[in-house]
Amino acid sequence: MTREQETELTRSVLAGDSAAFDAFVEHFRAKVFHYTWLMCGQREDAEEVAQDTLLGVFQHLDDLREPERVRPWVFRIARNACLTKRRHSVFAPARELSLDEFVPVVHGDGQHRHIEIADWSLLPEDTLLQSELKEQLDCAIAALPDNYKSVVLLRDVEALSTEETAQILAVSTDTVKTRLHRARLALRQKLDQYLNTAKPGGGR
Amino acid sequence: MAHDPERCKQIFALLSEYLDLEMPPEACAEIESHMTDCAPCIEFAESLKATIALCRQHSPEVRPKPLSAEAKATLQSAWQQVLASRK
Repeated sequence: MTREQETELTRSVLAGDSAAFDAFVEHFRAKVFHYTWLMCGQREDAEEVAQDTLLGVFQHLDDLREPERVRPWVFRIARNACLTKRRHSVFAPARELSLDEFVPVVHGDGQHRHIEIADWSLLPEDTLLQSELKEQLDCAIAALPDNYKSVVLLRDVEALSTEETAQILAVSTDTVKTRLHRARLALRQKLDQYLNTAKPGGGR
Repeated sequence: MAHDPERCKQIFALLSEYLDLEMPPEACAEIESHMTDCAPCIEFAESLKATIALCRQHSPEVRPKPLSAEAKATLQSAWQQVLASRK
């Protein structure tokens, strides 16, 4: 569902439309579940956070002044519900990713310089990801340190803007940009390793 | 043109901002001019771009269990209360 469609749906929910309510619940429940499942790795926790988030959404529905901003608004509530759920691990030391971990190794010189890289043309061309690749991507995202995972989920998977992501996570836009780049580099590295050992879509 | 590995490293650090079009036009043009001539940077940027595209297309493989009637009733009642409180 596009953000424009979400806005329309939200307007209908605000106006009291029951069919829109059902569609809204189904759509955002799946989104929040996916985000939380990747953040905390537990199905039960993700189901609970999705329910707590939707309850918060409906209880505070009239606080949403701009229906255009429904997606970041829901994710802000989800983020808080997620933190409450995981309060026991909040004080765990955050692992930082360094750019140096991902600098490609260049071989050769002059016109013959090249990097060690898998054959990315092996990626399936169709827009529907194959399930093996999806699984790889899910694993790679789940393996990121939390600070990086939340940024890549909001910016790239949920397509929120840098500013919206910064507001949800209560960090600066520069922090979002730095973490996003390192998270993407880490995912790229994992996918590169996968492409080196597998032939997506063609079996092993 | 002489190859400057330091420049590649600087560009490597800026690739996401470049691909997200979040850079000033002059800085963008500078990166583009380096890229036309640097196979490793092009290749690396293409793979990063593909990674971002995969994330963008990503739809969840794992879905929540169907919503129980009880959980749905809780949500519906919260919604109805908000609607009723406006009158």
